[in-house]
Amino acid sequence: MGNALSVGIKSFGAYIPRRRMARAAIAEAHAWALPSLKGLGKGEKSFCNWDEDAITLAVEAARDCIKGYDRQTLVALDFASTTPPFADLQNAVVVGSALSLCESIRCSDFGGSTRAGTTALVRALEAGGQGDRLVVAAEKRVAKPGSAQEMQYGSGAGALLVGEGEDLIARLVASETISKPFVDHFRSVGEKYNYHWEERWVRDEGMAKIVPQGFSKILDACDRSADDVAWLGISGGPAGSDGFVAKKLGIAADRLLPNFQGQVGDTGAAQSILQLIDALEKAQPGDLIVIISFANGCEVAAFEMLRRPADTGRRGLAGTLARGITETAYLKMLSNDGAIDIDWGMRAEADKKSILTEMYRGADQFFGFVGGKCDSCGTVQFPRAPSCVNCGSYHSLEPFALSEEKAKVATYTVDWLMYTPAPPLYVGLMQFDNGARVLMEVCDVGTLDIETGMEVEMAFRIKERDTLRHLDRYFWKATPSI
Amino acid sequence: MASGIKDKVAILGMGCSRFGERWDTGSEGLMVEAFTEALEDAGIERSEIGAAWLGSCAEQVNVGNSAIPLSSALRLEGIPVSRVENMCATGTEALRGAAYAVASGAVDIALALGVEKLKDTGYGGLPVVFKGNVNDLWMPYSSAPAGFAQLATGYRAKYGVSKEDLKRAIGRVSWKSHQNGAKNKKAHLQKAVSMETILNAPMIADPLGVFDCCGVSDGAACAIVTTPEIARALQKDRQMVTIKALQLSASSGREWGTNAWDGSYVQNTRNAAKAAYAEAGIKNPREELSALEVHDCFSITELVTMEDLGVSDDGMAWQDIMNGVFDADGKLPCQIDGGLKCFGHPIGASGLRMVYEHYLQMHGRAGERQLKDPQLGLSHNLGGVPYNGVCAISIVGLEGR
Repeated sequence: MGNALSVGIKSFGAYIPRRRMARAAIAEAHAWALPSLKGLGKGEKSFCNWDEDAITLAVEAARDCIKGYDRQTLVALDFASTTPPFADLQNAVVVGSALSLCESIRCSDFGGSTRAGTTALVRALEAGGQGDRLVVAAEKRVAKPGSAQEMQYGSGAGALLVGEGEDLIARLVASETISKPFVDHFRSVGEKYNYHWEERWVRDEGMAKIVPQGFSKILDACDRSADDVAWLGISGGPAGSDGFVAKKLGIAADRLLPNFQGQVGDTGAAQSILQLIDALEKAQPGDLIVIISFANGCEVAAFEMLRRPADTGRRGLAGTLARGITETAYLKMLSNDGAIDIDWGMRAEADKKSILTEMYRGADQFFGFVGGKCDSCGTVQFPRAPSCVNCGSYHSLEPFALSEEKAKVATYTVDWLMYTPAPPLYVGLMQFDNGARVLMEVCDVGTLDIETGMEVEMAFRIKERDTLRHLDRYFWKATPSI
Repeated sequence: MASGIKDKVAILGMGCSRFGERWDTGSEGLMVEAFTEALEDAGIERSEIGAAWLGSCAEQVNVGNSAIPLSSALRLEGIPVSRVENMCATGTEALRGAAYAVASGAVDIALALGVEKLKDTGYGGLPVVFKGNVNDLWMPYSSAPAGFAQLATGYRAKYGVSKEDLKRAIGRVSWKSHQNGAKNKKAHLQKAVSMETILNAPMIADPLGVFDCCGVSDGAACAIVTTPEIARALQKDRQMVTIKALQLSASSGREWGTNAWDGSYVQNTRNAAKAAYAEAGIKNPREELSALEVHDCFSITELVTMEDLGVSDDGMAWQDIMNGVFDADGKLPCQIDGGLKCFGHPIGASGLRMVYEHYLQMHGRAGERQLKDPQLGLSHNLGGVPYNGVCAISIVGLEGR
């Protein structure tokens, strides 16, 4: 049972993009050429809004995870993804900057395989008692139009706060790993889409043989039997293969953690983390939870549930799943995913080059949404200029974070003229309860009727895409608090 | 207290190009078109001009930076020529430069010319502008109508006006301007439009439809100014039109950076109007002014401007509009030339184009749209957005008013 030296999970958070594509609409669009896709055309899959990527998803999941937690005590941030926006620029540093974590935090990127989420989690747990660490796995998964993966892939992020202590929700019991050059899918550097081998081979020769090996090893390490496993999560294989394998392992369907195919899809490196979060949301103290991330072998971890999670105000997985906005415009998904290049007109040609010198000077403002509070008149404001917007004092502003502050819509409009990759553009003055007022874009309005006084919260998003140099710039937007 | 500019500067001549989609000519041609009219009107030689100011705003589609495009287009040799830019207040800024030069005694005769070539962008609406290194990193890019459309939300919230009533009132603003513009051969859009068409037009930025937005045009306008003494000597048979006030107000950030502003008015207009009325000695603008040329970039802007200028009581402009107060035959005609609505808004030219209409009216040269006995005319420009911008106001009138 848990003791002071146990290492495990202290909190969790999740974020699934609110856009949920009706698979029937995808199948319908392909019916002319690929009528067989109709069989996969059930339920919904999550996809990113144009202004979301693995970094922004990670930031949202992390914020959900560390609600009410003193961020400055974190010692490390591990980011796992097979779809990071940057190849040479540490993605974890961007995530950490958006979260306003301290500069001395140890940041690492994990990737290269969909098992990276579990790998990052296990490595963080192995680091043990060196302080609390944040592990975030996030994917913006895109697939070739017409492929089975287009139906099955989803986007999302899960975050876990791990460390040592007496306040663990679940403790790590054991971890195991198997590495094999089982190449069921791959994506070479510079390629846009994954290439997949036949699903039956992946299931029968890969999943059905490698996963049981990993499962057996972890049971041995835990000194437990399959009957002791309360919750099993299997990810990494073709849709439905998790159930197929679980049956072979003697795990009943009601003990199998969901594969989220109904609302989300396969979120790659985030999948096993989301499965673990699903378990943490429903498991009872004493439950044994095993997650198996199948990819080039498998990564396995076992946890013992210690106590029900405290209510931190997090949305959690259940909460973020419930916030879906159903979409049926298949071309919108293709456009958001970069699969088609829509003619947005000449307005879209405006150069979106970011001035890196300026971006660095104001890094905490632009990444972390840290404004200022005047030490002379007390006015909270953004940006943090060399002078106070209210009393005019010079050099009087102390950093004041706005990212977790509440606001309401003061003025707004719905702009159909300005270029945005997902018209219309909702924009207006956001009035913070603390007195600050900021002109902001409002994202994910969905079918809501935006109106003055509507409550909003802040969301970390891509502000503009630089289509010439591909350094998308990030900033914060307002989004309805629902 | 400063004595102000009232009656220290006289308008010797003015010119205005035909506004519109001027596929036939570039900025240089527009400048020459406006200038030659003004020069003939003034009755002077080009060489008598002692200094010139060029107003142009959008560098990416017009003449580029510096004042050289003006001195080259007009072949002004060896005199000081400057370029000014202050968003939509640019034209009035050029006039301010020329007027102050004359008033200071630095030169006897000065030229102010504004020009803009918006129809060389390749698309409708204003060019996408660069907002600065810092702003680019956080400020959402929205269109000009999106900036002004937000006035509608603030106005409705403050005065409890329904969406439908406000939509109808702003629609009537445009209806009235189209009625006027139909009588102006220099306007871009010269036809009356029905309320039904206006109200059912496609949405640009809620609640502004296409007909709530001004046209997008090319154009140039200019003024040749001098001292009253010189004007009197040169134009013995004319009633003199003098400048009564030139005022400007720019945002410091308060409206959009603090919770001080409720979204229902434009503080810059209130600041500039107060200063302009003081400078011109106007106590009751609704009674004293003969005509208004205001910045109706969008219909909602004109509506709140009526309150900001103090010609409607706060919360009452929408009713004044519906009651025809600002119609051609109303108590205080507004946009008698058709306004930005029908002229479009070649940014650098607009402020001078407005003064041109007052000037024509005061000289009795406005043809079909001639008002009876106009004495004082106010022109108003708004640049930027209602919550962060500039406002320029000029008042011109007959000598002795």
